[in-house]
Amino acid sequence: MSTVTATEADARPGRPVPVLTSTAVITARNLRRLVRVPTLLVFATVQPVLFVLLFTYAFGGAIHAPGVPHYIDYLLPGLLVLAIGFGASQTGVAIAEDLATGMIDRFRSLPITAAAVLAGRVAADALRNLFVVALMIAVGAAVGFRFHAGPVAALAAVALAVVTGVAFSWLNLLLGLAVRDPESAGLAGLFPVIILFFTSSALVPVATMPGWLQAFAKANPITVITGALRALCLGGPTTRPVLEAIFSLAGLLAVTVPAAIASYRHAAST
Amino acid sequence: MADPVIVAEDLGKRFGDVTALDGVNLELPAGGVLGMLGPNGAGKTTTVRILATLLRPDRGRAWVAGFDVTRNPGAVRRLIGLSGQYAAVDPFLTGQENLVMIGRLYGLTRRQARRRAGDLIDTLELADAGGRLVRTYSGGMRRRLDVAASLLAAPPVLFLDEPTTGLDPRGRLALWQLLGELTARGTSLLLTTQYIEEAERLAGMIVIIDHGKVIASGTPGQLGARAGGDRLDLQSPPGQDPHRVARALATLGTAQPAVDEAAGRVILPVADGAAILPEVAARLAAAGLQVASLALRRPTLEEAFLAYTGPPAGRPPTGPAQAAPGTPGAR
Repeated sequence: MSTVTATEADARPGRPVPVLTSTAVITARNLRRLVRVPTLLVFATVQPVLFVLLFTYAFGGAIHAPGVPHYIDYLLPGLLVLAIGFGASQTGVAIAEDLATGMIDRFRSLPITAAAVLAGRVAADALRNLFVVALMIAVGAAVGFRFHAGPVAALAAVALAVVTGVAFSWLNLLLGLAVRDPESAGLAGLFPVIILFFTSSALVPVATMPGWLQAFAKANPITVITGALRALCLGGPTTRPVLEAIFSLAGLLAVTVPAAIASYRHAAST
Repeated sequence: MADPVIVAEDLGKRFGDVTALDGVNLELPAGGVLGMLGPNGAGKTTTVRILATLLRPDRGRAWVAGFDVTRNPGAVRRLIGLSGQYAAVDPFLTGQENLVMIGRLYGLTRRQARRRAGDLIDTLELADAGGRLVRTYSGGMRRRLDVAASLLAAPPVLFLDEPTTGLDPRGRLALWQLLGELTARGTSLLLTTQYIEEAERLAGMIVIIDHGKVIASGTPGQLGARAGGDRLDLQSPPGQDPHRVARALATLGTAQPAVDEAAGRVILPVADGAAILPEVAARLAAAGLQVASLALRRPTLEEAFLAYTGPPAGRPPTGPAQAAPGTPGAR
């Protein structure tokens, strides 16, 4: 006991903990989990690589996308969105797990703001996504992918992909806090991504779809984001598609961030 | 008496159709230990969660160290440590990493958090496991790490919800000793428990909660006394039917004697034990009965608990449950 007494004096908290500190501490926790939880590691490494190789070699022979030398040039922007969307489902799983195991109770009993717990998770996701995007570009480059619009546009593409991940992470936090059960949270996160991905321009041009599907595909947020990424990777007019993507993501964030924070604050009180 | 550090007034909480709390009142003097006893689902955890700012009550108010738990939860959180019913530690961090994380979230510097985490890991006898992932810990080790997390910021007010559930006897004794030392140095402690022994050992004040209400409160001795008079504890020798002993003495008691046939034991609630001892001896002699041992004692907290909360389901009501007529809560 004497040892505990010795450190007790400087252990008493005085001021509220700065939000940047608490966010950084939670981010560090989630980054550690990313490399230690097997599922998370697979979602961040094996899966993105498989996406690039499988779609390139399974579809690349049959699909001839207009205006690009290789199908991978057309394909990679959509695959980035797919990998980020799948990865984000694990964020919903994780927050539901934290609810179930009492971690959220522990965090809520500490003198930190609610937003830090969620922001710390989103920040860790953003760092993971940066890694995933770099990995996919590297593997893509090995099978023929090239940026055609210069380094600035290439960096903008990476940034847009990461911002897309941020919006997906907030959406999945909201889903996880709403359904509360880890397995349901995983499905709730994956299902919309699968449906929206295959009904978007990610794999094939919208013009090749039947008329009734084209209207849906054009309004599909994955089409919008993929369109912007593709413009930044391949060249051509970028202003309009990028602005459309930014507006879509801003709209998604405007809804999901306050809703997720409110839902977190009330998560344990029902 | 010192100013109360925890006050709860008429706390009520419903979850859908279920009334979890129905007007709970509590008071804990600074530096005191309050034990909450009650069956599963009585409302112990709900009370702790409200006091620890995790849950808003539907009605009533509560203060911790003078701060209103619903209006000023931030101030309350800087003063409390909480160990909930389930060990809330991250299985994919090591024990040390878990504690350093909590310390940093309390506002300690990295250095302070590391030193403090190391000390608590030693104190709770996790030294060999501090560097291992919590995933590899036993249930008891996780539990101890969770208690360590609640102690990290040396909080003046500590909430422990069933802290020794899942601990082995040695871990339980060690934790009792640690909690005893903390409270001796001024930490106020509110603990819920299913173990009467734990409440008796640690708590100066006990409340018994059932169906969301405080049905009894007092020191362990007071609660025992209110469960009704004394207990005459007789051991019938092997080969002699304990029911014969019970029948011979039944009219001396304030309630039906409880007979434990297998153990040959008879427990008789009596109003004034010392005064009837000669009559007990006379009746036993007249009936030709022998006793291997005879003891006159105060009711245990366990007997008081059952007297207040009713007999366990499925057991005939011959136990101490009906000890004293008019005992509140006896059904």
